[in-house]
Amino acid sequence: MRVVLAEDLFLLRDGLVRMLEAYDFEIAAAVESGPELTKALAELKPDVAVVDVRLPPSHTDEGLQCALTARRDRPGLPVLVLSQHVEQLYARELLADGNGGIGYLLKDRVFDADQFIDAVRRVAAGGTAMDPQVISQLLSRRSVDEPMGALTPREREVMELMAQGRSNGAIAAQMVVTERAVAKHTSNIFSKLGLPVSDDDNRRVLAVLAYLDRG
Amino acid sequence: MRSAESRVRTALRSGGRAFVLSFEALAGSAVLFILSLLSFTLILLGVGLVTTPWLTQAVRKHANRRRLLAAQWSDIRVPVPYRPFPKDVRDGFTGQVERTTLIMKDPATWRDLRWLLLDMTAGFVLLVFCWALLVYPVEGLVLAAGLWRVFEDDTYWYAFVPVDSQLTGLAAAALGVVLFHVGVRASRPLLRLHFVLARSALAPAPEELAQRIDRLTETRHEAVDTAASELRRIERDLHDGAQARLVAMGMNLGTIEALIEKDPAQAKKLLAMTRTSSAEALTELRDLVRGIHPPVLAERGLGDAVKALALRLPITSEVTVELPGRAEAPVESAAYFAVSESLTNVVKHAGADRMWVDVHHAEGMLRISVTDNGKGGATIGAGSGLSGIERRLGTFDGVLAVSSPAGGPTMVTMEIPCALS
Repeated sequence: MRVVLAEDLFLLRDGLVRMLEAYDFEIAAAVESGPELTKALAELKPDVAVVDVRLPPSHTDEGLQCALTARRDRPGLPVLVLSQHVEQLYARELLADGNGGIGYLLKDRVFDADQFIDAVRRVAAGGTAMDPQVISQLLSRRSVDEPMGALTPREREVMELMAQGRSNGAIAAQMVVTERAVAKHTSNIFSKLGLPVSDDDNRRVLAVLAYLDRG
Repeated sequence: MRSAESRVRTALRSGGRAFVLSFEALAGSAVLFILSLLSFTLILLGVGLVTTPWLTQAVRKHANRRRLLAAQWSDIRVPVPYRPFPKDVRDGFTGQVERTTLIMKDPATWRDLRWLLLDMTAGFVLLVFCWALLVYPVEGLVLAAGLWRVFEDDTYWYAFVPVDSQLTGLAAAALGVVLFHVGVRASRPLLRLHFVLARSALAPAPEELAQRIDRLTETRHEAVDTAASELRRIERDLHDGAQARLVAMGMNLGTIEALIEKDPAQAKKLLAMTRTSSAEALTELRDLVRGIHPPVLAERGLGDAVKALALRLPITSEVTVELPGRAEAPVESAAYFAVSESLTNVVKHAGADRMWVDVHHAEGMLRISVTDNGKGGATIGAGSGLSGIERRLGTFDGVLAVSSPAGGPTMVTMEIPCALS
């Protein structure tokens, strides 16, 4: 799987390259600025991009903007955004097109290599990987709101994991229940959120969006 | 001899300058004074709205020319205190009304008017003395040289000397010489005096400046104090938090090194602990950074930073932002933390379940209002969080207004003068 990596700090970039290579990813390019990223994404057509939010030359949210622009040119281009801090505001912008293939994680998540690589693969496969911090912030705040208040504690737990982008299998493993039970919970959640039956993966993105839009 | 010659030359130059200036003072100032008065009166009829901005421009040009000459000729600096028009004054008739209002509010406009009156009277007299003392003696010499013959029958008064013979003619010449001497000595000081007079009328009153200085001194002290205590807090947080954790991690790693072969299981446990520790250190550093300069503020500016702030609150909030650009970083930061503090106040004390934040920029002012549907009764006073916000804004000449009747709703409005880029 070919990856374009954008990170301005040399130590982190180097570490990420090594980690991704250790897990059999092919590094198509490892760049350190916004313009280089835009060029690499257009020319190399990678399977997934791993991008730092703050990039030179502006040192603001250049990485995020480059990723969003690239996704406009190539809808569904899988992008995993890494940041020193996570904000609902940015999560909403990333998910807004409803296409999936989006991840938004705190940089610390690379501490757990397995989880991080899992997130990269999920995003590359068109799924989502939202940082638990964004999701838990939302849930703690929205727990009293309708229709989130209508969710049972168990369903909320499923929602939290689903919003992070986990598959039913992964959720079942984590909650120590059967996959069937998870599937039942998710369909309950979808109907409570008023999401029509359609492609399952996209509904998961929509469920997260439904959350974010209530912000 | 040389020095006398050069002294006469400087005196003559001053005289020449005064001669030219005296026409400007009489004709220019008088005409502008009368027209200004007329124009101000006509504002009531609407005509003044058109003429006043235009005329004020002319008056300011006239005054500025005098300022320039004062600096060039007599080395007297007269401050230019005109308030600039904000960049967003509209075109057309409304713009004219706005401009006229701004002009009438500017104390400099009234000082200019006072100066015009002074300039066409006392200022003019000083200038006339300045050149006449150099020109009048010439007449005395001419009288002595033979012109006295014309007045043989009919006495002509040269100053206080009645000229009707060669003798009195010579007396007139002697007086002329004396006057010329006086003129040579006095012309420069007289011209200078004229400019001093202009300065006294044109410069802002000392009380105005003194008040401003007091205010600046006060806010500077507060800003320095706040910055210092902020630094102490950051130092303490680093010392007790992240720094301590890093030391502990280093120690753990040492222990792990010793254990790794003897007791791999224990070493593994310690490694997991160390990793948790490093994650916690990161979280602490992140919170610290948010307290110093919030990342979204740095990346997106005030509008999105306030939006992101509102998203983290447990109360439903609506944020409206209308900012065509970004303010300077210190202003943005002050505004952000002021908003942050007032939102915290709402969450803690207001007992509200909804709030509205409005951020916009107009007429050179950044205006932010925070409204909630809580129980009201908030006051600015000693110890209240609101006075902290007031201090924060004061550093940038900003102001805070609170409307909070008992029973609510509470509306906190902040204004900071600033330009957007």
